[in-house]
Amino acid sequence: MKRIRKEKIIERSLQWTASLSIVIVICIFVFIFKEAVPFAKHPGLGELFGTRWVPVSPQKESFGLVPLISGSVVVTVLAMLLTIPFGVGAAVYISELAAPAEREILKPFIEVLAGIPSVVIGFFGLMVLVPLVKRCFGLGTGLTAFAGAVLLALMAIPTVTSISEDALRSVPRSYKEASLALGASRIRTIWRVTVPAALPGIMAAVMLGTGRVIGETMAVMMVTGNAAIITFWPFDSVRTMTATIAAEMGEVAFGSEHYRALFCVGIILLVVTFALNLAAQKVLRRYRMG
Amino acid sequence: MRIISGQTGVTARAVFIGMMVPVVLSGIVVRAGEKKLITIKGSDTMVHLVSNWAEEFMKRDPNMELGVTGGGSGTGIAAMINGTTEICASSREMKEKEKQQAKEKGVEVKEVVVARDGLAVVVNPKNSVKELDMQQIAQIFTGAYTRWNQVGGGDEEILVFSRESSSGTYVFFQEHVMKNKDYTPKAKLMAATSVIIESVSADKGAIGYVGLGYAMAAGDKVKIVAVKADANSPAVMPSDDTVTSGRYSIARPLYLYVSAKATEDVSAFVDFCLSDAGQAIVRESGYVTVKK
Repeated sequence: MKRIRKEKIIERSLQWTASLSIVIVICIFVFIFKEAVPFAKHPGLGELFGTRWVPVSPQKESFGLVPLISGSVVVTVLAMLLTIPFGVGAAVYISELAAPAEREILKPFIEVLAGIPSVVIGFFGLMVLVPLVKRCFGLGTGLTAFAGAVLLALMAIPTVTSISEDALRSVPRSYKEASLALGASRIRTIWRVTVPAALPGIMAAVMLGTGRVIGETMAVMMVTGNAAIITFWPFDSVRTMTATIAAEMGEVAFGSEHYRALFCVGIILLVVTFALNLAAQKVLRRYRMG
Repeated sequence: MRIISGQTGVTARAVFIGMMVPVVLSGIVVRAGEKKLITIKGSDTMVHLVSNWAEEFMKRDPNMELGVTGGGSGTGIAAMINGTTEICASSREMKEKEKQQAKEKGVEVKEVVVARDGLAVVVNPKNSVKELDMQQIAQIFTGAYTRWNQVGGGDEEILVFSRESSSGTYVFFQEHVMKNKDYTPKAKLMAATSVIIESVSADKGAIGYVGLGYAMAAGDKVKIVAVKADANSPAVMPSDDTVTSGRYSIARPLYLYVSAKATEDVSAFVDFCLSDAGQAIVRESGYVTVKK
């Protein structure tokens, strides 16, 4: 009898730890919204659609999010343009073409790349990549959206590769065998059979990678120059939403308009990453094979 | 799902490390508890100076332990208001609003000027511009001038580098040089003075501002521009003499803020900073002394 009770207690506490993350997610949502809501009353949500982000000004403070959003969009799109070919290409090679011994070497290295702290990547970017970008493209400065995108791609590639590889591996053998039996070459089989069959998984991988890219802060802050201008040109400097929060949160007076505005930025980030993760999970679940 | 399980292993380890951190930290805190701990927080410009003071102070009194962190004057002042630091180092004066906020939280602050600092305007060594007047500098940082030939340099785009808005230097420069106008949105806001030095030394069209101590320490990496108070005044290079005498235009006092009800130890530290030994450290660290 005693034993059963003991087990019940253990079971309950395990259940509690498992549900903790749900509680935390809800808490984060509630807290962030609570801090941001007063901004809607004063100075009003219209302020957020402005085109200038000037949070500290003796003249007039403006909290237009357009430059920050455009900054995040430019960096994210560029990073994904770099990530998709490299990440998916690597996954195809590792799962379909590499010899087992090769795979044993490649996989751990890709996982190591995923584990490098982003500050370290940022440092590498500042010292190596930024001067390189400047020289290669003949620019005045290498502190550009492009430099940030390259670093972010470095961070997103492992995520995309790992999950895509999973998806490729779970394509049933019979599909490939049928294609090969019909006389298709290996490469043709990969592009016409395996990859299309694994496409939902690959899409999910890309979405999760995008989530990582949007949320990344430190490396981006170090190399993009952080100028709050509206631009879609890769070789301009941009200020992302994450970098803005990180750089400015330390000095704002609690409860000020600036403080509330930063929470509004946080909400946008939260909603976007949340939506991406949710969508990715849905895609993965629906098409999960084997 | 091999990878996923691999990640679980990593996560488990991370959780373990995460659990260890508080244990280790509490160990440190307990050890520090035997000594008397003072935290000093604020201006990045002053971090170097304050650490030098703290080191010397701890040498003199081995029972004291001083923790010095930067983050920007704004960060330090916020910490002072919220009561999370005993001493705030600031490169700008506390605003009335901030003093009021502190009072509301029950902190009456005392202001002490402990050193002076000249702000050097730096450009790339390859830039032919040697001197600028205050008006021109303001025009460059507000974005009215965008090419170097507008101020007597080559036909090249001006790249403006500034500190982040959490920096006391940012606010001081804006108030003092730019007459409260806004920075150009094209200004690249950098997280640290060292990054400004690096960028200015790398990019030919760059201009930035840094504390005099930093500019001196950077040596040949950057060129310090001589500053004219107005178009007809003589150009003055920043130095100890020109800052103290007030001939150099972009200079400012550096402050320590403490609570009016500060402990004896805190007051002892402030007194030390103002003592002859403390002021000698000011000079060694590349700043200008308060007293002659």
